[in-house]
Amino acid sequence: MSESPASPLTTADGVPLKVSLRRAVRRSKIKAFLLVSPLLLFLGIAFVMPIIEMLWRSVDNPEVTTHLSRTVAALEGWDEESLPGEPVFAALVEDLREGQAARNLGLLSSRLNYEKSGMRSAINRTARQLRTIEPPYREALIELNDTWGELDTWKLIQRESTPYTLTYYLAAVDRQLTPTGEIVQVPDHLKVHVSLFWRTFWMSAAITGLTLLLGYPIAFLLASLPLRHSNLLMILVLLPFWTSLLVRTTTWIAILQSQGVLNDVLVALGVIADEARWQMIHNKTGTIVAMTHILLPFMILPLYSVMKTIPPSYMRAARSLGGKPFLSFRRVYFPLTIPGIAAGGILVFILSIGYYITPALVGGQSGRFITNYIAYHMQTSLNWGLAAAIASILLFVVIVFYMVFNRLIGVDKVKLG
Amino acid sequence: MAIPSYATRGERIWHYVFLGLCALIFLFLVGPLLIIIPLSFNAQPYFSFSEAMLKLDPAGYSLRWYEDFFTSSAWLGAIKNSFIIGIASTILATILGTIAALGLSNRHMPARGAIMALLISPMIVPLIISAAAMFFFFSKINLAQTYLGVILAHTALGIPFVVITVTATLSSFDTTLIRAAHSLGANPTRTFFKVVLPLVTPGVVSGALFAFITSFDEVVVVLFVSGPGQRTMPIQMWSGIREHISPTILAVATLLVLLSMLLLTTLELLRRRSERLRGIAPE
Repeated sequence: MSESPASPLTTADGVPLKVSLRRAVRRSKIKAFLLVSPLLLFLGIAFVMPIIEMLWRSVDNPEVTTHLSRTVAALEGWDEESLPGEPVFAALVEDLREGQAARNLGLLSSRLNYEKSGMRSAINRTARQLRTIEPPYREALIELNDTWGELDTWKLIQRESTPYTLTYYLAAVDRQLTPTGEIVQVPDHLKVHVSLFWRTFWMSAAITGLTLLLGYPIAFLLASLPLRHSNLLMILVLLPFWTSLLVRTTTWIAILQSQGVLNDVLVALGVIADEARWQMIHNKTGTIVAMTHILLPFMILPLYSVMKTIPPSYMRAARSLGGKPFLSFRRVYFPLTIPGIAAGGILVFILSIGYYITPALVGGQSGRFITNYIAYHMQTSLNWGLAAAIASILLFVVIVFYMVFNRLIGVDKVKLG
Repeated sequence: MAIPSYATRGERIWHYVFLGLCALIFLFLVGPLLIIIPLSFNAQPYFSFSEAMLKLDPAGYSLRWYEDFFTSSAWLGAIKNSFIIGIASTILATILGTIAALGLSNRHMPARGAIMALLISPMIVPLIISAAAMFFFFSKINLAQTYLGVILAHTALGIPFVVITVTATLSSFDTTLIRAAHSLGANPTRTFFKVVLPLVTPGVVSGALFAFITSFDEVVVVLFVSGPGQRTMPIQMWSGIREHISPTILAVATLLVLLSMLLLTTLELLRRRSERLRGIAPE
């Protein structure tokens, strides 16, 4: 042996073993990353970028700066105490003329109308009369529409001349800025979002609680039966899990509606009178029942996979040590199932606060979720900034719960079927 | 779950009460799906059982809603769209997801947890948010109201399922098999196709099935991203439920329940096959 034991170990071609190993690990790392990179790239473009852009839209505020650029410039140095002078009004007329020609005043007028009602009609009416207006513009515009004589209008234009705004977020939590920049609550009849957020949360919590109540015994039964029988019963859990969401929602409409199966049965049994059928759908009851049914498998599956790992001998040991059945269950079995309860609970809660279809179909007015308002602002009111702000708040909540879930359980532990 | 011989009378009673409760919960799970099957044969245009149906009078039953479904160009077009979009996005999601899962199951994968969390996120982010975001983004790059747009969106939604199932299969994969194949003289390509792939296939197939059913059943994103040209089955059902409730929907629902039974059977057979290959006796 020519080598002394102190000299480093080398591979056959004389490279120190440590270096060679490190190189191999690095190569392996690169290989692994290369395999994942096409998917990362795809999701980055098709999923992450759209979401980031949507988040950006919730603070983006281009309307006033682009469509009233001259007015904004003329307003610089304005004392905010008295109405601005003639140059500002002249600049406004110029801006509106250009906007009228390019037919893009709609964006501006709706944007300002979110903040101050009456702005839409003020801008539209002024734009239509532009040809007839003659200098001095200040008097002419004020005569045409009172709005231009209000100090608040100009304060609003000046305030919204920043490239970013928080007003959508404020609107999402039922707040607004006064012309002087203070945050106040919106009038009572316009308060919708905060109560919808709370309703979404408490109904999701109720649905999570119900799925736990119904799912726990089923998971326990499945975990304690021999595999042959439990596989058979598992099909009863997996069948609804695999069935189309719309099918399941439709069946609940068929069952719960006032001329539906359940009411028919109750009338036939004489529990209720024919003319006093229960309204069980298009309200909170409908949403809670249908969503509990839809999300129940998401509770049972994680619970089952945790319960499956609890050796039955623990309960036998507890019993043999003199524990009464309930005590043994409470002190031995139940604590061991807590990870499953956490997994199922967080999963059901996350899925439930983001649900849209079922509340929209069976929720009616009182069983609606905040998601239905996102859709409303996307499709009907077309206030996309507000839709994006509400969506961002919801997304934030979901991400927080997702991170807790990931920390507690780990996403890769999720089992499907 | 047999009752132990030392059980007291109270425990026996509780045992049967418990089983009864479980039966009721199972009824809650499956009952609604079974109720619509007879309802879909209703001769009347209602969502409830008619007198004639309850008396088992043949006149109370009819196939008119099925006929309605199979002769309606709107429904058939919607099915075609659903299959085009579902199959295309399944293929994309399965290829991308399987390759990524191979990388993720590598011991040396850097930032594994974070990447996994990102890959699973399309499943967690509320659909309405993904839909709104994709609507804005796809409109900007001219992908809104195109097949490609809907397919890409559904691919993103299907990916988590493929990644989860394939990584789960790979995590229980015995890597000594690869070394054994190498030592027997197989080159890496041959090892992959002869050893790795057959053992991973059940995971890939079940991931693909999940991706397909996700696309096939998805409403919200299609509602926002697609145009009238890409009307899928769920969209057709959605508007059917919202606008004019016709029992044709019950016929469709029945067919879809049968489809899910078929899928479930396929998955169960796959699971048994993979257990057999791994030498785990199904008891």
